[in-house]
Parts: sequence; C-alpha cells; structure tokens
Amino acid sequence: MPIKTYRQAINEAMAQEMRRDSTVIVIGEDVAGGAGCDGDRDAYGGVMGVTKGLFPEFGESRVIDTPITESAIMGAAAGAAQTGLRPIAELMFMDFLGVCFDQIYNQAAKFRYMFGGKAECPMVVRTMAGAGLRGGAQHSQNLTQMVTMVPGLKVVCPTNAYDAKGLLISAIRDNDCVIFVEDKFLYETSCEVPDEAYTIPFGEAKFYREGSDVTIVAISNTVHKAIAVADRLAKEGISCDVIDPRTTSPLDEEAIIESVEVTGRLVVVDEMTPRCGIAADISSIVAEKAFGALRAPIRKVTAAHSPIPFAPALEDAWMPQEADIEAAVRDVLGYTGE
Amino acid sequence: MPLDKKQFLDGYRTMRTIREFENRVSDEFGKGNIPGFLHLYAGQEAIATGMCMNLSDDDYIVSTHRGHGHCIAKGGDVGEMMKEIMARQGGSCAGKGGSMHIAAIEKGMLGANAIVGGGPPLIVGAALSAKTLGTDRVGVSFTGDGGSNQGTTFEAMNLAVVLQLPAIFLFENNGYGEGTAAGYAVGSKDIASRAKGFGMPALKVDGADIFAVYETCKKAVQHCRSGKGPFAIEASITRFRGHFEGDAQAYRGKGEVKRLMAEMDCLKIAGDKAIKQKLATRTQLNKIDKEVTVLLERSVEAALAAPSPEVSELLTDVYSSAY
Repeated sequence: MPIKTYRQAINEAMAQEMRRDSTVIVIGEDVAGGAGCDGDRDAYGGVMGVTKGLFPEFGESRVIDTPITESAIMGAAAGAAQTGLRPIAELMFMDFLGVCFDQIYNQAAKFRYMFGGKAECPMVVRTMAGAGLRGGAQHSQNLTQMVTMVPGLKVVCPTNAYDAKGLLISAIRDNDCVIFVEDKFLYETSCEVPDEAYTIPFGEAKFYREGSDVTIVAISNTVHKAIAVADRLAKEGISCDVIDPRTTSPLDEEAIIESVEVTGRLVVVDEMTPRCGIAADISSIVAEKAFGALRAPIRKVTAAHSPIPFAPALEDAWMPQEADIEAAVRDVLGYTGE
Repeated sequence: MPLDKKQFLDGYRTMRTIREFENRVSDEFGKGNIPGFLHLYAGQEAIATGMCMNLSDDDYIVSTHRGHGHCIAKGGDVGEMMKEIMARQGGSCAGKGGSMHIAAIEKGMLGANAIVGGGPPLIVGAALSAKTLGTDRVGVSFTGDGGSNQGTTFEAMNLAVVLQLPAIFLFENNGYGEGTAAGYAVGSKDIASRAKGFGMPALKVDGADIFAVYETCKKAVQHCRSGKGPFAIEASITRFRGHFEGDAQAYRGKGEVKRLMAEMDCLKIAGDKAIKQKLATRTQLNKIDKEVTVLLERSVEAALAAPSPEVSELLTDVYSSAY
C-alpha cells in the first residue's frame, strides 16, 4: 500500500470528493493563492500547501480565494451549505475562531434544530491547531474544546494520514457542520493510505496499544506522545491502553469506559488549557459512569492555564510532554489510597 | 412596468396580512399566550412586500429578529407561523425556533436571525450557491440600520463585491437600533453611500411607499439576475411598535409615534394612491381587509387549540442522524 503524508492524505480526500460530487467546493484565504497578482496562481495551495493542486484541476468557481475575512468565509459556507453546496471552508489557524465564531456556533450549528429539522448545513471547517512551532499566543492554540461543547457541531481530530483521509471523506459526506482539526505537527508524518476513497465512521475510538494497567486517552498530537510513553513503560512490564477517540463529538464513551473497567486507572491527555477542556470532560464522564471501577484518582495531563508563550523554553514548559504523561501514569499506578 | 391591478391587490393583501398578524400577535402576547420576546414589523410592511413581489420561491432571503413580515411576504404559511410563535404543535419550526427564528425554508426564507448582523454573510453563501450552480437565483439580506454597523455586514458586502455575487443588501432604516438613534449610531448618517463605498450600486427609497419600493427592488433584482454583482438599498421607514413588545419607548419624542403612524402608514398611503390611480376601489380593499381579519382569527384559534410540542422532541434534529 502506498505511503502518504498527512498533508497528502487530506489533499487526496478533497480532490477525490470534488471529482465525485460537483457541489463540493473549497473556500478560504490563499487556498490557491495569487488571486489578482502578477505571479503564479495556486502559489500557496493553502498556507501549509494542503490544498495545492486543487485550483488547477477544479478552477476558480470551486476553489475560491477570499479576502482575509473569516466571518464572511464561515457565513458564506453556511449559507451555501443551506442552499445546495457542500463547502469545505478553511479557517487557516484555529486561533481565528474568535473572529468568526458566531457564524459557526450560532448559525451553522443551529440551522437544523432551530428551523425544526427543515434546514441543513453540510459543511466542513478545516482548521489547523497545535503548539510547538513558536507561533505565539495567537497562532498556536488547539481550541477543540470550544467547538466540542456546541450541540449541532461534529468535531474530528485525526492523528495520522490514514485516519485523516477517511475521516475527511466522512466529514464531506456528512449532512452536519463538521469541524476538522488538523494538527500542524502532523503534516509531515506518513503511513499507509489506500489510493481509493474510503470512510471512517465518527464516534469510533482507535486503540493504539492494548494493556491492562492504565488507560491513556489522548487527543490530537498528544496521541503520539502517549504511544511513546506506553512503549517505554512496556519494557518495565507496565501495560497501557492508548486510546485515540478520533472524534470528540461524537465521543466514543463506551470504548473509554470499557477500558477503564479493565485497568481501573485513567490518564487523560490533551494540548489545551485545563479548565473545561476535553481532558476535563472525559474525566467527568468516567467519574460519573465508571466510578466503581476506578482504583486511583483520574489524572489529567494538559497544557498550563496561560496564553501560549513564544520563547521555546516557555512554550515547551506550557505543553504537555512525554515526561508529564509518564509521571502521571506512574502516579496512578503508585496510588495506594493513603 | 409599474404595478398592475392584480399585483397591487396581491401586494396590499400581503401588507395587510403582516399588519394584522402583528396586531394579533401583540394582542395574544398581552394576554400571556405567547412566551419569550417579540419584535414586531408593523409599519415596515411595504419593504418586505415590495422586495418579495420581485422574487420567486426559488430566490433566497435571510431576515432579522423582526422577521414575521419577511416570512409572510416570502410566502410563509400564516397558520404555521402563528403556531410557532405561540409555541404549539404544527409550528413552522416545530416549536424550536419561535418568533426570532421564524422561517419558511421551502419558500426560500432561510430564517430570521436573532444575531444582529448574522444574516448578511449567510446570504453571500446563498448567492454563492446560485452562481456556482449556474442558476439565476438571487439572495436578499434584510438588515436594519443597527445591523448595518456590524462588522459581519461589512465583510459580507466586501466578499459579495469581490466574488461578484447576486446578493442584495436591503437595509431597513427604521430610525432606531433598540433605543439608540440611527442618526447617532450610523457614523456616516448614510447607509446607502457606505454600501456604495464597498463597490456596489446603492439606491435610497421611501420605505412607506410600496410603489417606490417595488420599483427600486426590481432594479436591484434585475441587476443581480443579469450577473452584474451585488446591489444595496436603503429604505427609510419607521416602526410603529417598540424595539420589543413591552418597550415603553421613552427614547422617542413626545407625540412622535402618533405623528409617524399618521404620516407614514404604508397601508394608508398604498390604498389612497391606488384608488387615485384606479388600481383598486375602496370596496376591494375593504374586502381584502375583512378576509385577512378572518384568516388571522382562524390562525389564532387554531394555534390556541393546538397542544404544546411533545417533550420527546427535545433531542430530535440536533443532528442529521443518530449521534
């Protein structure tokens, strides 16, 4: 099977769906690039090159470069989705949610319900999240928790190229508004990805490692840190379940609870601020639904409650690191109740 | 072509239906039969009517928190609307929308919007669909003077110009954004010229004159249908009621509402003009008035007789499929 990067897999999913369905369009800032300029068209293909090549194939009516105007992009995508198109709208950095959130959570997410089931909004918001590139406080955040809390939205956080392609195709074919969170640390990672189109259902977690001592649930890029920790601890005879929910809305609660019922110990990892985050949410679900199975307090491993700092030393301290995950696992294993 | 007799009578019936609808809704609100917030369109009927007479069911509109009139003018079912506003089964939004989210999706009325400035970006999307799918549909965003100051509206106008979309931005300047004067809040004092500054043609019209509104909207719709890009209209008007039902309107001048109701009643202006131009007789207008009264009486009776939505419906239609 061919090896493809996360970037290529996402690009391929869009191209294949655009070939299959002429109502699928891509709209956003520099999704091609070069509009109105003297130089190359498709000069960017998205700021990270993820939409590269779509413009030459599908043209300006379906790969639409916009001004820097996030509210209008999201609103136009929502209005277009209500009237016959299936837009993939790009929100370049997830940090920019602040300048367009109304169009997502008050409009797109609510059409179907607010209008009695008579309207729908089949759109995808592709956005990029994740710290560690020294992007500072406004180009680094993962705000998955802010969209996960909104009824009507579905939220996808793919952690490898195979999942990214299948989940994006599912998102494009879905009749609800789907927020597709790409972790910018993963674009260069690769794995086997089939050439043909395929879908992966939402709400089905993936087990990366299976163990009986501790359950580690991790989101986005932290999945890879959790796997590294699990592999290291396995050499000491400590076995961990590593669970990637893949979608935070819907969330595969069952998989997490079943795992905790075996291990009795839970560490939840995300790269978000700690209050009201995904780790907090999963912790509360387990505390409510699997309290009897717990043999130690739940441990959350999250980022710090501060804006994301610029200096590498500070940003590294802000982010959850493998050492933090490992310490948490050892902590829950060593809990004696005293 | 100016309005012919049939068109005028249809338009008059629509305006009268909106007025009577708002009057009845106000009465029922006063009796405690309507929960929540109500923002009435009484006084502004000629604007929604004059625009929607230029549209077909295939065209799209988005509306504001003051949306009953737009919904009726676009062909929304009055009985279903009354049930919705009175929170009864059979309501147009299944009891999940209410007054501020009234809609008639099947008629291209994509929804009232309780976020001021929420609608303009959405109509850009509807216009984008029309252009991308190669239809001759147009999209109309009804927005108030208040919404004209929102950043979302500016962004929507700019994007519509950049992408040359068939979108009409119809600003109903009723003089007040809640309890603050448009003369204070619209920095340039002139919404039409501001729209023009984005690079689209813009016209001003007397919003109390159905004949003028119809003609102006016709130009805008023709412009958009022929692929010339977006268009803006500023219609000046007044509202007969408060920002919301129950608003004491202490911000309005002494005698202002009474005077404007006498001077700017679009129904009276329309009737007098039509009789003078021999487009209608007083008898015809009276007959329409009576028929509309009966229609609304029946709508209210039917709504009062209908039960509340089933609580089992709470979690339906959050998503398109099992979640």
